[in-house]
Amino acid sequence: MERSPLLRQVAHQRQTLFDEGLLDEQFVRLEELQDRTNPNFVEEIVTTYYQDTSRLILNIEQELERRPLDFGRLDGYMYQFNGSSTSFGAKKVKAECSLFREYCRAGNGEGCMRTFQQLKREYATLKRKLEAYFQLARQARLTQTASPPG
Amino acid sequence: MGMAAEAQYHVLAVDDSLLDRKLIERLLKTSSYHVTAVDSGSKALEFLGLLEDEHNDALAPSVSLNDHHQDVDVNLIITDYCMPGMTGYDLLRKIKESKSLKDIPVVIMSSENIPSRINRCLEEGAEEFFLKPVQLSDVNKLKPHLLKGRDKESEPSINKRKGMEECHSHDITRTNYDGLEVV
Repeated sequence: MERSPLLRQVAHQRQTLFDEGLLDEQFVRLEELQDRTNPNFVEEIVTTYYQDTSRLILNIEQELERRPLDFGRLDGYMYQFNGSSTSFGAKKVKAECSLFREYCRAGNGEGCMRTFQQLKREYATLKRKLEAYFQLARQARLTQTASPPG
Repeated sequence: MGMAAEAQYHVLAVDDSLLDRKLIERLLKTSSYHVTAVDSGSKALEFLGLLEDEHNDALAPSVSLNDHHQDVDVNLIITDYCMPGMTGYDLLRKIKESKSLKDIPVVIMSSENIPSRINRCLEEGAEEFFLKPVQLSDVNKLKPHLLKGRDKESEPSINKRKGMEECHSHDITRTNYDGLEVV
């Protein structure tokens, strides 16, 4: 049975997330942990990731307004951000986290702020593209169950 | 009941990150372990029936926090290293210092690959050290430690060294580490 155009589109969109370096193989491992007994695992992890990271973004933003900058605290927050991003498979975001931490260790405030802006951009892109992909996947699932067996 | 099935092993997972807790829980459950996940070392000790402010050396040997007082039967503890308050290393030490808990195998997880940290944990009695993100292949390595734990045999230190090398050789194939020293 030929794959419907919608399913092909979903597969293509998913592949793009990897090709563009937004996600790495850790995300695939998360997908593999989802099964019939745990059909919402990926969604659960995604939600948790957004919750964790949005809180951390706020914390970091507040810290970046302090003078002098507390690099220890900044690094602490970014350590958590990096951890969550690693477990999630958010490749580009993780790279920005590492860079930010390097600037923290070097006591480079400008570097931190610049990198944080970049991190937020990457994060926003990831969220946007992931949401688009999940929405399409949901749509495909609905149409699949609605269509009669071939 | 006439069930011939093996009793499930009970793993206590400790991690302050909710995402990582969910992940480790899923990995362990996929491998058919019964899981309890807590977010701190102190909660872990509480769950294990070891109160944080009790010092074992202050108790006479006959006074027990022993097994028969434990309502929970934990076969393995897997804990994150870096946690606020009590670190995974602190937790490991408290467990190994406890008469009632010292035979429970402990595994440490960390997102940072720091050889001195790994050594310190293994020397303190950790069975394995997993680099995050933890994978199914890591969880598959737990079984022999669980079985040893059941037998309550003490492990010769040479096995711990071997355990560490296995961790390293496993890690070489991973791509998500910066500055990983090639062994």
